[in-house]
Amino acid sequence: MARSPAVSASKTKKAPTGASATKEELLGYYRDMLMIRRFEERAGQLYGMGLIGGFCHLYIGQEAIAVGVQAIKKSGDQVITGYRDHGHMLACGMDPREVMAELTGRAGGSSKGKGGSMHMFSTTADFYGGHGIVGAQVSLGTGLALANKYKANGNVCFAYFGDGAANQGQVYESFNMAELWSLPVVYVIENNQYAMGTSIERSSAETHLYKRGASFLIPGEEVDGMDVVAVRDAAGRAAEHARTGKGPYILEMKTYRYRGHSMSDPAKYRTREEVDQVRKTRDPIDHLQEILEMNGWADDAALKAIDADVKRIVADAAEFARTSPEPDPSELYTDVYLEAAQ
Amino acid sequence: MTDILMPALSPTMEEGTLAKWFVKAGDSVRSGDVIAEIETDKATMEVEAVDEGVIEAILIPEGSEEVKVNTPIARLVGQGAVAPTPVPPMLPVATPELVKPAPMPSTPVAIDPELSADAKMVKITVRDALRDAMAEEMRRDDAVFLMGEEVAQYQGAYKVSRDLLQEFGDRRVIDTPITEHGFAGLGVGAAMAGLKPIIEFMTFNFAMQAIDHIINSAAKTLYMSGGQIRCSVVFRGPNGAAARVGAQHSQDYSAWYAQIPGLKVVAPYDAADAKGLLKAAIRDPNPVVFLEHEMLYGTEFEIPADVDWIVPIGKAKIRRSGKDVTITAHSRMVGLALKAADELAAQGIDAEVIDLRTLRPLDHETIVQSVKKTNRLVTAEEGWGSMGVGAEVVARVLEHAFDYLDAPPTRVCQEDVPMPYAANLELLSLPSVEKIVQAAKAVCYR
Repeated sequence: MARSPAVSASKTKKAPTGASATKEELLGYYRDMLMIRRFEERAGQLYGMGLIGGFCHLYIGQEAIAVGVQAIKKSGDQVITGYRDHGHMLACGMDPREVMAELTGRAGGSSKGKGGSMHMFSTTADFYGGHGIVGAQVSLGTGLALANKYKANGNVCFAYFGDGAANQGQVYESFNMAELWSLPVVYVIENNQYAMGTSIERSSAETHLYKRGASFLIPGEEVDGMDVVAVRDAAGRAAEHARTGKGPYILEMKTYRYRGHSMSDPAKYRTREEVDQVRKTRDPIDHLQEILEMNGWADDAALKAIDADVKRIVADAAEFARTSPEPDPSELYTDVYLEAAQ
Repeated sequence: MTDILMPALSPTMEEGTLAKWFVKAGDSVRSGDVIAEIETDKATMEVEAVDEGVIEAILIPEGSEEVKVNTPIARLVGQGAVAPTPVPPMLPVATPELVKPAPMPSTPVAIDPELSADAKMVKITVRDALRDAMAEEMRRDDAVFLMGEEVAQYQGAYKVSRDLLQEFGDRRVIDTPITEHGFAGLGVGAAMAGLKPIIEFMTFNFAMQAIDHIINSAAKTLYMSGGQIRCSVVFRGPNGAAARVGAQHSQDYSAWYAQIPGLKVVAPYDAADAKGLLKAAIRDPNPVVFLEHEMLYGTEFEIPADVDWIVPIGKAKIRRSGKDVTITAHSRMVGLALKAADELAAQGIDAEVIDLRTLRPLDHETIVQSVKKTNRLVTAEEGWGSMGVGAEVVARVLEHAFDYLDAPPTRVCQEDVPMPYAANLELLSLPSVEKIVQAAKAVCYR
């Protein structure tokens, strides 16, 4: 992609980590992150209104990761993640209407209402779920990478998982095979500090998760997951490593979720002050807004226009999700098996 | 102007206490700001603003109890400028319309390919029949590959993959570390990307480590994705009782997998079915659990030499025709049932033996037709009886041929204990020809 001259750090007062990005890129990331945030806020609202059932895990606070990695993803590169998946789906380009309507369990949902919050897929967006079993996506993603190598298609799989999943055994079974067979996979660990209610210090003997590949000889690095450009640049290095046949790469994204683990989690295991502190000092969207304003790349009116556009799309998605009909009863028995061609 | 509604903390919450307001009329709020705290008997939670604006009025004062979910609790005006979200009534919990009785995913009734009288037959072991099936399908389709422990350089722990590495190379015949959970997941992931993996478990006992991927990842994804993600994968390996290896290496998992919608489950007996059904399983677009039997690997049978020999999944086979009692069996138990039928014939009882071959979808029509003729049923399996394959066969017969039964159906199965090691106890625990003969005589009141 063509880059206009990079913003030099010396031109700004604060350290602008957006140094390597263009104005258009930064405005795009701003819009994409804001889309996820507004979408999730609206999902939380619909949940509160009883329109969304069951579990609903919001991505608020972690937006820079899905958006930053997406900037590196090439066509055909796969994305796979766990149950906190709405942000990744939107970043991959799935239609907000279809995602929201899946949350409300409607026929217009991306899985016709049969998957729910944790189970959405889109082959056209290269998005392979949406998996509710913690850690399963790591083996599955490594299998997607195996297919890339088998087909020699030059694609990379980005397999996301959290600090909670990082303690599952199959993660290490997958690390071993990925390095043994030089599979093109980037493991993106979204370390938001809490596996449901258990802090990383209480769950993990080694809390630096980027080191978790060391005994398999997989390189890893720690990344500020609240800085979309830092995420993008790290993902670029990792993808290059994987794409050129050097095998897997681990990125530990240090991040934070503002909301509870799921909608029904009152989050009493951490203080309000801790959450406020992160929101005030590390918010990925505010941070990018500062960079844009410092560079004179977006004034208040421009950002407000983006905001209004995003709100309109999210309101439209919510309205679609509210009014799309429930799946027809005849859908109960469809999609269990594919017809065998004899 | 937007109403802020009393939110639900969980899908089951109907009302709660508005414990505290953090804002008052006239305050400006941004989305994400905490504006109130609500409580139920189970939890306390903060309410965050979704839209920007100015609080025009607090409608429900703090301390109010039994505030119904979705009651407007405050009113917001201002630059939020988002169309007010109409207050939708709580959706009534939809009473699902009764759907017609589960059409079990029945595979179109198909019979074995007709063999012409002069069809060339060859004698072959079950082991080689399985090997040939894989080799022929791998020649036919580059997307098919074999992965598992010792499948390549070692030539297979039970030599089922003999010579495949030599013919297809290590891209398509892949030795894995001992890591069942991991390589089963890799196989399912590769299938999601359009490949057609054959995942070999050295035995199905070890597939217990991987059962999450077989069920949660392979069987359910087509449904959960609304039909978008296919998963054409075969999980195969020896299943059932081996000899003198104790409880952890000797178990029949047929009933475990046969319960799962989204999976097909196949358990062949002879070489022709082993080959024809494995080829069908590899070509099938769905995940297939293919249960072999270690004790049959070395047994020779005649099979058609035709490379296009394919046996359709979902169709049972009448191995022996009879009029007095129906005996159903699968895998190794078919051999025992046939021997039992010979002994019964010597005693004047004419038994019909049905080889189930496929456990899901179960061909109950063939069984029901047989019972309508014989009026008596014995099921034979290596698994435990409780919640087992025989239990399912009996239930189907009761549903479809209750009035035709002249005696209560009887199950012959593994005794309700873990497999013992001692030779005499192992023998006692397993189903046998003698047990089948006794059961058949009993249902015939002989």
